[in-house]
Amino acid sequence: MSDSSTPPYAPPADSGGASVASRGKPRRRRYSLLTRRDKLTIGLMVGIPAFIHIFLIWIPALGSVILSFTSWNGIGGLDKIRWIGLKNYENLVNVYQPFWPAVQHNLIWLAVFLFIATPLGMLMAVILDQNIRGTRIYQSVLYMPVVLSLAVVGLIWQLIYSPGQGFINNALGIAGTPDQIDWLGTKGLNLAAVLVAASWRHVGYIMVLYLAGLKSVDNTLREAAAIDGANGRQTFLRVVFPVLAPINVVVLVVTIIESLRAFDIVYVINKGLNGLELLSVLIVTNLLGEASLVGFGSAIAVILLLISIGPIIFYLYRTTRSQPQ
Amino acid sequence: MAESDSLRSVTRRQVLKGGAALAALGGVSAFIAACGGGSTPAPSTGSAGGSSAPAASTGGGGASNPPAGGTVTFGSNYSDEVPKKAMQAVVDGFKAKTGIAVTVNTVEHGKFQDTINAYLQATPDDTFTWFAGYRMRFFASQGLATDISDVWSKAASKYSDAFKTASTGDDGKQYFIPFYNYPWVVIYRKSFWQQKGYTIPKTIDEFKTLGDKMKTDGLTPLAFGDKDGWPAMGTFDILNMRMNGYDFHVKLMAGKEKWTDPKTKAVFQKWAELLPYFDKQPLGKTWQEAAQDMINKKAGMYFLGTFAGEQASDPAVHDDLDFFPFPTLGTQYDAEAAIDAPIDGFMVSAKAKNVDGAKAFMEYLATGEAQGIFLASSPNNVAAAKDADTSKYTPFQKKMAEIIGGAQKIAQFLDRDTRPDFAGANGMQGFLQNFLGTPTQDLDKFLSGIQSFYDTLPPAS
Repeated sequence: MSDSSTPPYAPPADSGGASVASRGKPRRRRYSLLTRRDKLTIGLMVGIPAFIHIFLIWIPALGSVILSFTSWNGIGGLDKIRWIGLKNYENLVNVYQPFWPAVQHNLIWLAVFLFIATPLGMLMAVILDQNIRGTRIYQSVLYMPVVLSLAVVGLIWQLIYSPGQGFINNALGIAGTPDQIDWLGTKGLNLAAVLVAASWRHVGYIMVLYLAGLKSVDNTLREAAAIDGANGRQTFLRVVFPVLAPINVVVLVVTIIESLRAFDIVYVINKGLNGLELLSVLIVTNLLGEASLVGFGSAIAVILLLISIGPIIFYLYRTTRSQPQ
Repeated sequence: MAESDSLRSVTRRQVLKGGAALAALGGVSAFIAACGGGSTPAPSTGSAGGSSAPAASTGGGGASNPPAGGTVTFGSNYSDEVPKKAMQAVVDGFKAKTGIAVTVNTVEHGKFQDTINAYLQATPDDTFTWFAGYRMRFFASQGLATDISDVWSKAASKYSDAFKTASTGDDGKQYFIPFYNYPWVVIYRKSFWQQKGYTIPKTIDEFKTLGDKMKTDGLTPLAFGDKDGWPAMGTFDILNMRMNGYDFHVKLMAGKEKWTDPKTKAVFQKWAELLPYFDKQPLGKTWQEAAQDMINKKAGMYFLGTFAGEQASDPAVHDDLDFFPFPTLGTQYDAEAAIDAPIDGFMVSAKAKNVDGAKAFMEYLATGEAQGIFLASSPNNVAAAKDADTSKYTPFQKKMAEIIGGAQKIAQFLDRDTRPDFAGANGMQGFLQNFLGTPTQDLDKFLSGIQSFYDTLPPAS
């Protein structure tokens, strides 16, 4: 192979490397297949996203981590920042009353999505995949809430839950009476009420994701299972579900992320007070406003970041591992 | 009153836009500032005389002030339709008088407050709307406002000392021009009370008797809505000032008294005792909904700022509204009759480009004339300046002026009198909702929770 008497290919027209080619090894020549322009293109294609990624994600994230060890009201230059070590974290855990409820609510949110809303969405997808009559109408109806932002979902459901004028209390005939239920104002009850509203949207989202997955399943698998005498349930659980492993991971990750980033629906309802505390809201209420507690808010953000890293690593591990297939 | 400015009517719509809001605010004001610089200064008209020529004596302004004139930029949070128009009328009045044009940059109310911090540090307008009290002093001490003591030296005769105190920063200089204020009172419908034979309760015992009567009539005695977190602060304030006096209020707000003080505990005990007369489900209700309860005769009365009158869109209903100060509690502080009567007004930003024009605008806003123009379309407030034409006041406004005049001490409001990071949604709003949710809880534990939260906050300014 190292014989240079027979030049394997002509060098690319604009590489200007003809004389090198006559002496170089083929391996080296293959390298030169990339022209300078190619290298520039690749460099830009990798470089720009990397630049954006580093500047918009990594540096702010690191900034938050650094700020979480400081006390700063957001006014004035960086010289006004005071280092206070772990004090923000200590206060967060020991003094700041909304913190533990927020963690708890985030976990409840995750559990409800994971064990109720997501399975429900998958079930809808499986049912709608059966080509029942009017399936497109059902799909549209279920998908409709997904096009709304969660903030809008919050506004809509406030009308439904309103104690005096809302649909539910009026339908129950207790609106305006002393027995009327204050759905969004009662601690404990309001989280459940909000989760119903959030699930309403989440079910449609998962349904669409899963339906797309189901459509891609090779029908011969189902036929084979049917010939082997499997019933519908067995076919789904033993054949279709395992085949859909990549989609399942996506659904799982989407569910976790949706639970962790829940914010807008709660914020429009009551700014995340009175039983609707969530970590995301606490970050905002501490950072926003006239005298923001930048360091303290950052500490909460760091906690949320740490919690989020778990599912992210899991997802990356799964996707990069399944790449070779 | 994070959200409670008298002119606000939509509280639940504040959808947070986070950084976008911030960027937008900065961007818009930068744009307007840029426009302002380029326009030709209109010459002052002859009639303007006094108010347009403060160029000679600029106290704390920058080095290179252009002569008075040009264009003044003005960041306004009067985003609702009616006050926005009223503010435009004021601006037009200023232009007619001095020839100085004012470019108004209106930002939605909640967003204005949420982003004020970044706004004042980036490229703020020359002048902006704001609130008196701690919230004003905070920005003054952070160096984000321009000293306007020279404007005050001309306008001082038009204001009472209480207004001057409320406009004075920690350094003894003035940073704020009061425009109007409004008292927190018990509002009711005259015709309804006549029909039912209710009379105004002067003392808390009379109040309870009336409340019991209303209950037997199938009414909620006191409408109440605290979904937004701040209305309950008004109730705490009035009970605290009636029981412990104005000075205690001031010290407590400034952190010089402790929340764990038995005096504070007594306030919450009294409140718990009175809660049976309040709406039982306040935490899911906005103040607007609570006001509707009173207007629609489901509740007998409502303790709120007079801006509750905004909810009476029918003028006949508005005329039917009347109010009285919160009943006395039989303490030594009854005589001082302290109330919350928050003042809204204006400030000049530290980065103002046209300082002289801004000060001329401030001087105009300090006149009864300007305030009269605004109040013509805002009958739920009263003018701050003494020379305002009170003959045009509605009976509603006359009574407001009377009650404010009768109060020896005037407080701003819990969230205007204390540090914002303590009063906000991450602090007192949540604590008070917690109390209202479970009023029977261990108050010592509750109050030490408040105090330890206060203690974790960084030293003020």
